[in-house]
Amino acid sequence: MDFTIALFLIQDGIINGAIYALLAVALVLVFAVTRVILIPQGEFVTFAGLSLAAMETGGVPGAVWLLLVLATGAAVMDAGVALRERSPVKAARLAMWNLAPAIAIAAAVLILVPLKLGLAVNVVLCAALIVPMGPYLYRVAFQPLADASVLVLLIASVGAHLALTALGLVLFGAEGYRTSPVVSGSFQIGPLFVTGQSLLVVGATLALLAGLALFFGRTLIGKALKASAINRRGARLVGIPTMLSGRIAFAMAAAIGVVSAVLVAPLTTLYYDSGFIIGLKGFVAAIIGGLGAYPAAVAAALAVGLLEAFSSFWASAFKEVIVFASILPVLLWRSLTSTHSDEED
Amino acid sequence: MKVKFALAGLCGLFAATPALADISVCITVSATGPAASLGVPENNTIPLLPKEVAGQAINYTSFDDATDPTAAVKNVRKCIEEQKADLLIGSSTTPTTIAVAGVAAETKTPVLTLAPVGLPDESEAWAFRTPQPVSQMAGALVEHMTANGVKTLGFIGYADGYGELWLNVMNKALEGTGIAMEPIERFARNDTSVTGQVLKLVAARPDAVLVVASGTPAALPNLALAERGYQGQIYHTHGSASLDFIRVAGTSAEGSILPVGPVVVAAQLPDSHPSKALGVEYTKAYEAAHGEGSLSSFGGHMYDAGQIILATMPVAMEKGAPGSEDFRVALRDALENMKEVVGVHGVFNTSANDHYGHDERSRVLVTVENGAWKYME
Repeated sequence: MDFTIALFLIQDGIINGAIYALLAVALVLVFAVTRVILIPQGEFVTFAGLSLAAMETGGVPGAVWLLLVLATGAAVMDAGVALRERSPVKAARLAMWNLAPAIAIAAAVLILVPLKLGLAVNVVLCAALIVPMGPYLYRVAFQPLADASVLVLLIASVGAHLALTALGLVLFGAEGYRTSPVVSGSFQIGPLFVTGQSLLVVGATLALLAGLALFFGRTLIGKALKASAINRRGARLVGIPTMLSGRIAFAMAAAIGVVSAVLVAPLTTLYYDSGFIIGLKGFVAAIIGGLGAYPAAVAAALAVGLLEAFSSFWASAFKEVIVFASILPVLLWRSLTSTHSDEED
Repeated sequence: MKVKFALAGLCGLFAATPALADISVCITVSATGPAASLGVPENNTIPLLPKEVAGQAINYTSFDDATDPTAAVKNVRKCIEEQKADLLIGSSTTPTTIAVAGVAAETKTPVLTLAPVGLPDESEAWAFRTPQPVSQMAGALVEHMTANGVKTLGFIGYADGYGELWLNVMNKALEGTGIAMEPIERFARNDTSVTGQVLKLVAARPDAVLVVASGTPAALPNLALAERGYQGQIYHTHGSASLDFIRVAGTSAEGSILPVGPVVVAAQLPDSHPSKALGVEYTKAYEAAHGEGSLSSFGGHMYDAGQIILATMPVAMEKGAPGSEDFRVALRDALENMKEVVGVHGVFNTSANDHYGHDERSRVLVTVENGAWKYME
């Protein structure tokens, strides 16, 4: 192996690592606020990527139907709760609040997509499709269990993941898709070919991470989320609604998924079930980072990306083994050094 | 469905006239799950199977096993019990097929598999395969390599059973040809990048590279090789024979060579090729139902199962009535003694030692030209 190959591998590792970093950050965010280990995070990425690919050809993405299904589920559940309180007016209002945005978005997609208005419009439409799925998914799968143990939430998360993957196959088909790059063109630095898209990946990741830091440090909602992450009961006592923070956290996770998809879909082929393995690597990074600290998760994600790139060169048959096994020493070290605290405050 | 079968069964019991029972064929394919791109065209082909043979109606009962061996076993057991299956067809992948073949042997029911699997001896007797053996496909590639002066061959394949199978078959096929296979790299279907593997391949400068993958994931090595400016010949296996591969790989697919069943390029075959007429017929029927360019070679294996049914059922019916063990044994014997049975994937000539029955008419080489398959003379 010479220096040039090492450079290529480092470049590849950083690009993959940047995507894993986004996913790791989303996982840490959702876990901190809701204690849910969001296994379906990867599905947000694949659904967004596949929707973009479908829109590029002027086809209506299957995600439209998924959004309507989730919205209907959320509407039924909200209305059911209100009906148990014997207030049909409230039930109707809640159902409408859930359904109206989804129907509006679906209508917009159905009308605008066949016109092929270009990448920018597609990205906006894709975000409008995928981001609301976050809060809807939270409402349907997790809100009823909000006070359950981490284990129960994890089981619900696995269930949601399996359901979404199966729906993904029905909605998007078995074959993989790529989108055309957001930034085309490439240039050469020394022996390295650098594509515009790969620069965009790194730049956008950095910008998003900086934006998240500002959001949590400077805005009221950000601080409220941080507060419910640090102490849920305390946050509720000072008037922060935990359900709202849960919905916001899920919306942000879905939004991060959309950003990852825009970045990664031109670089790799996405399949209906790609999300799991990408998400799992983000999860490895989040775990190595301790599921609590954003900078640590980002650093760990880069390490995972680099480890993956180099192991694919040296021992491609054992690549996944090496990446996933790297979690073991970290867990061992953590369980030896950190003091255990009970999960609920 | 169920009621009808129950009635047929009752009539059979009381009247004991064999002609009353229809032939029952149970099908399990992987229409969902990881092998859905194989199972879906196979499933789509079921309506094109023959509805009757020698005046006897054929009933098909089909299941989806979701690429899960446990589900496949459950499907065929249920079907054998409830529908008195005379013949099984399935499944789409190696693991599901091995599971089905086990049940087939246990219940003494012949099975036509849609995957080219190696089986333990006890299952082998009752299992017949419609696809070409991998060695047949590999042979075509090695012939082309020797004819074109390839001396070194890089290998990049799935880190799973399919990759392993091809690696073993290629090692055997390359013996005595003087072609060295190195380096040997692996990747996974869902990988987002093969940069590391491709760097190693390109650094070794092999004359040609063999990509062992299936469907759209097969495009990833092509794209990465093109990005690194690799100029040598790229070979693929018949696993890449789907238009989705060309769609995703784009211009990087141009010039790639792969062995395929004749049905893939049925219209381009010379008129002398035995599979031409049938292949064109099947392509027309399939694409009329599922759209232009929708044909996949996998569906062809299901269609060939239909041709085999037409050829063997009449022979078996002379020896026993459908629904009886005699019939199944006779059918097994007929399946083992097929002579020049023409399918869309070549011609079947089976024997006790060969439950594939394919010869070199079962594969042709094609290359990618202007985003389409081009038959190579």
